[in-house]
Amino acid sequence: MFYREAGQFKTSYEADQQVFPILQDKIGIGAILIIGLVVVPLTGSDFMITSIMIPFLIFSLATIGLNILTGYAGQLSLGSGAFMGVGAYACYKLTTIFPDANLVVLVLLSGFFSAAIGMVFGLPSLRIKGLYLAVTTLAAQFFLEWCFIRVPWLYNYNASGAIEVPERTGFGGIILSGPAASPLTRYFLVLGLVILITIIMKNIVRGRVGRSWMMIRDMDIAAELIGVRPLVAKLSAFAVSSYVCGVAGALMVFSWLGAAEPAAFSINLSFQILFMAILGGLGSLVGSFMGAAFIWILPVLIRFGMPAVGIDIAAETVEHTTRMIVGALIIFFLIVEPHGLVRLWQIAKEKLRVWPFPYV
Amino acid sequence: MNAATETAVAAEATGEPEVMLKVENVSLSFGGVRAITNISFDIRKGEIRAIIGPNGAGKTSMLNVINGFYHPQEGVITFKGAARSKMRPYEAASQGIARTFQNVALFKGMSTLDNIMSGRTLLMKKHFFWHLFHYGPARTEEIEHRRKVEEIIDFLEIQHIRRAPVGRLPYGLQKRVELGRALAMEPELLLLDEPMAGMNLEEKEDMSRFILDVNSQFGTTIALIEHDMGVVMDLSDRVVVLDYGKKIADGTPEEVQANQDVIDAYLGVSH
Repeated sequence: MFYREAGQFKTSYEADQQVFPILQDKIGIGAILIIGLVVVPLTGSDFMITSIMIPFLIFSLATIGLNILTGYAGQLSLGSGAFMGVGAYACYKLTTIFPDANLVVLVLLSGFFSAAIGMVFGLPSLRIKGLYLAVTTLAAQFFLEWCFIRVPWLYNYNASGAIEVPERTGFGGIILSGPAASPLTRYFLVLGLVILITIIMKNIVRGRVGRSWMMIRDMDIAAELIGVRPLVAKLSAFAVSSYVCGVAGALMVFSWLGAAEPAAFSINLSFQILFMAILGGLGSLVGSFMGAAFIWILPVLIRFGMPAVGIDIAAETVEHTTRMIVGALIIFFLIVEPHGLVRLWQIAKEKLRVWPFPYV
Repeated sequence: MNAATETAVAAEATGEPEVMLKVENVSLSFGGVRAITNISFDIRKGEIRAIIGPNGAGKTSMLNVINGFYHPQEGVITFKGAARSKMRPYEAASQGIARTFQNVALFKGMSTLDNIMSGRTLLMKKHFFWHLFHYGPARTEEIEHRRKVEEIIDFLEIQHIRRAPVGRLPYGLQKRVELGRALAMEPELLLLDEPMAGMNLEEKEDMSRFILDVNSQFGTTIALIEHDMGVVMDLSDRVVVLDYGKKIADGTPEEVQANQDVIDAYLGVSH
């Protein structure tokens, strides 16, 4: 009823090619931005900001990174956790070498190291695809994890073997990282970078480069005969994807955890990101946010929601119940719509547009 | 006056039509299987050239050789005066060879518009860097190509399915979108691999009209593989007939129809 585009005419290709061509969508995205930029910082508790919003945004960013590779370019990867690790360790080394530099710059730079490593491990994709490629990215996962443990230079010969985030400032003396950084500062840092990178990724995927990735994904032979070079398309997808994962990994350590052992970037992290991408919807940036929200925020809500509504049960029972409920919901949603939450959202929008009729 | 008739007039004036593609003594085998044996023929600029033959005659292999997907063991292919030995599909595409496929090979996850836009890939030159921002050169280029793509959409009368994901379209329309994608490459030589397979009479008539219009309006040279003999004989200027990887006839539709070898290949012969 409210979601109608009737009367909204496009008279130029510029207007027709907008990301949100429909007025209602523009209002919706504006509302979400206001919630993120104003409502959450004003009303959210420290717990909500540091334990829900910051990790949610970081996981969304990592999921976008994997979605570029798996969802848009069709190359299955199980190495996203390790690529996040490369970003984190690169950022740690950069802050050691350039202690006075602005942290945001270093975080953005650290993604390039991850991109370079990603391209190297993307080389097998020129020969193999599908599950076999997943196995070679699994090799990247284990090799890089081994490096994080066995190369002491990476963690500055720290006795604990972990990286601990030093205090770094930027933008005129604001403390951006370390124990003294306020949750709100860290939140705005993460939110700013997530918005920036999401916009850039949207720009890439809607242009020539993104189309060449999707061409390779949907029909690689036809893509080659049209003039896409598989080498360029696949490696650029690996580079961009690993860059985004690397930035997410750097943010994960510097803005959320504060310290990280190599185990933080284990295969479990890769799987978590992959599930977020699949559940949210492969080949969609909005889906990345939906998947991350579903897997990260829902368990928190259930865990703290059950005692809040008066169901009085032991803490470990809550933990187990949460796992069972979330697991069941994942199965339910994948049966209802294998293309992810974003597909459900699209179907809902299509239905709203023609309501009250079943079809046009 | 359009490009094709100009070419024809020029050809009449000199009496020597310009040869666009020349295939000389090409042989292709996969291990012990000889797909193509010692085939030679040429395609003249501006003509519609049909390649016909029974199933397994090597027609599709021939197209794959022409656009660089297969590398023949022997023989020379000359395109626009330049001979080549081994060529990547990417290079064939950038020299102006486009094709459609026997089994529709559209990008299923993309809309009609994006599928046809994808044909413009090689014509879009703006560096990756500009795509990060979208505003500026990347957008100017995108809109310039969108305008060209809309012309093709109008030409093929598929405006109503512009936004539809191609996976949901009926088969006849998918074939038409695939033709649109090939046209978007602005090819000089268009290879059509069974453009009318599995179509009903009305769709075949539509497709025939589009092929003739492409040839006359854009002056595109067309190589056509088709099993419907009525269509082949009506559309094409010259026909080459293959059987078991060998060329058995070459000439105008009338000549080919009267050729005893061709009749034997299609109807069988008692030994």
